Amino acid sequence: MTVAGFRFERRAILPWWVRALVPLISAALALIVAGLMLTATGYHPLSVYRQMYDIAFGSSIAISATLVAATPILLTGLATAVAFRMNARNIGGEGQLYVGAAAATAAGIAVGHQSSAIAIPAMVLAGMLAGSVWILVPALLRAYLRTSELITTLMLNYVGGLLVTYLIFDSTSYVRDTTSAGGLVYPQGRMIGYSAMWPAITGSGLVIPFGFLLGLVCAAVLFVIMRFSLLGFHIRVIGDSTSAGRYSGIPTSRVFVTVMLISGALAGLAGASQVGDLTHTLDPRGLQAAQYAWTGIVVAAVVAYNPLGVVPSAIIIGGLVNAGLALQGSSFPLGLVGAIEGIVLFGVACGLVLSHYRPARTSYRRPSRRLEPAPEVSVSPAKEPR
Amino acid sequence: VNNSLAISLVVAGILYGTPLVIAGLGELLSEKSGVMNLGIEGYMLMGAVSAFWVVTRMTGPSALVLTVAVIFAAVVGMLVALIYAFATVSIGADQLMCGLAIWIFAGATGFSSFVGSDANLGGIAANYSLQPLNVLGLGNVPILGPILFDQNALVYLSWVLVPVVWFYLNRTRTGLHLRAVGEEPASADAQGISVAQYQYCHVAVAGAMAGIAGSFYTLAISSAWLDGITTGAGWIALALVIFVFWRPELLLAGAYFFGALTGVGPNLQARGVTVPPEVFSVLPYLMTIAALVLASTVWTRTRHGAPNSLGLSYSREGH
Repeated sequence: MTVAGFRFERRAILPWWVRALVPLISAALALIVAGLMLTATGYHPLSVYRQMYDIAFGSSIAISATLVAATPILLTGLATAVAFRMNARNIGGEGQLYVGAAAATAAGIAVGHQSSAIAIPAMVLAGMLAGSVWILVPALLRAYLRTSELITTLMLNYVGGLLVTYLIFDSTSYVRDTTSAGGLVYPQGRMIGYSAMWPAITGSGLVIPFGFLLGLVCAAVLFVIMRFSLLGFHIRVIGDSTSAGRYSGIPTSRVFVTVMLISGALAGLAGASQVGDLTHTLDPRGLQAAQYAWTGIVVAAVVAYNPLGVVPSAIIIGGLVNAGLALQGSSFPLGLVGAIEGIVLFGVACGLVLSHYRPARTSYRRPSRRLEPAPEVSVSPAKEPR
Repeated sequence: VNNSLAISLVVAGILYGTPLVIAGLGELLSEKSGVMNLGIEGYMLMGAVSAFWVVTRMTGPSALVLTVAVIFAAVVGMLVALIYAFATVSIGADQLMCGLAIWIFAGATGFSSFVGSDANLGGIAANYSLQPLNVLGLGNVPILGPILFDQNALVYLSWVLVPVVWFYLNRTRTGLHLRAVGEEPASADAQGISVAQYQYCHVAVAGAMAGIAGSFYTLAISSAWLDGITTGAGWIALALVIFVFWRPELLLAGAYFFGALTGVGPNLQARGVTVPPEVFSVLPYLMTIAALVLASTVWTRTRHGAPNSLGLSYSREGH
């Protein structure tokens, strides 16, 4: 392909700075397109961005709020990173997050009067377990019946959404508030016990939610697993070539199921963190409107599924989400944040291909007359080795 | 007779199945060219919000306004699909990631919501909606009347589209070339068929038809706009194409089956059955999983009808 005197040739090696440019250019593209959307609807993009920046990173209070928003995104980002690295396309993080939140709420109510040392681990485990259970069927179907996990995991998002709606709005379930006056007037979730509420670490004006710290631990553990363990090696081999993995004797089905269960557990933990850190009750509407798992896919794709890279990525996009939650509807129309995330992902997907090419002058390839004497060199008798 | 549960379930099947038929046919054509549209739900939502925008802003004869709304929905769906085609066909980017990107961009918390929110479309009633056309007064005939002769224009359109797509795929030269592109793009290219041109055109058609399918939600099913109004129908259409083995005639039956499943809840509730609505709402999603399992195991081990190079980007250099 030749454009304006340049043609694009494939790079032999991909320098690190080209890789680093991909997410940056994608982000710039997203801000430009979103700016056009805002201009077209009568808003002033620069002042909107300014406002968003102030809300997201402008002060230590803003950064604390951003960390709260980043917590579920960090965990769903890790859930995506571990699965997508081996081409296990778990796009059912939403559903796993909902049931994780529901199970963690139930645990938080059940053992919420015990000490925090019991209640909080119980919530974490309940959330992770529920998330894994939710992904178990698609994982087994894919591993042993070759049913594409893509649509089966996705369908369970809707089932999970309906399940949590049912628990609060259409049943008298354990997690629904059926005792207080407010709960009788309008359906709402039952509060978890006081000692089940997750603590926050405060210092120098910053409030770091406990879930975020859990996310950091998970990121580090995942990084170590991916880099230094046999499972991580298997994941990377299968991710690069499933057939290579199979021929070399890796139990691909078993690794696949394991990875999917880990991914589901992390998404479930994201749901648990939302209940433990923030809402302290099951809030089906809020969970479904937030779309944390879809955001997690963007967060992970931007850093090429590197578990450690997910951390800064989640903080930056968490800032965007935080600003969106605070300003959406009043300062700009709903949906801006999702649109920005979509464009970023789009740019990264395209950039992944484009970065493998570099522009070169077309004249470079034109056969030059000066090369004529060359045959003399090439036809000269080969020297004997040694 | 016409008010019996069986008849109203069939009618509901047609009502909720029609968007699946229209979007599914478009997706089928696109997949036959080797391009999968995971973002089809996004196209549908864009079509839905665009059509609703037209019927709330425009005044005039009902037929004209509705025609403009449907065409506008098709154009918007097509434009979004062309962005996707640019990325996947021209650049050769990963279809799965681009599809998800389009869905996140246009989806329930993305651009479709942005448009709906900016134009204040939520919670207002449409001035125009698609009404059933009682053909030749036959709509009151027992049994067949409400099923065949009392539908709205888009349903009749979908009935025309099914044989047209079948004929196009199986009996025309262009259809043959299309299948060649999806099976072996390199051979098709060597024959002088422009792979990119075929893929662009059919992705655009998929977008336009998904846009129309989306408009069915805001014009016929609910006559209102809310974020994510299609509730996963685009994803179900995507699955539908797989388990009808890429055959348009089976797609019609499959879509109506899923439509009927969606209609079970509202119908039973209207008849005083008090079961939580979620119990019936999960049926289409669970049945989609069951059908995919059947399609991948019991019915056939080989992927019957699946285009050979589905989901793979084609470039002459072979990268």
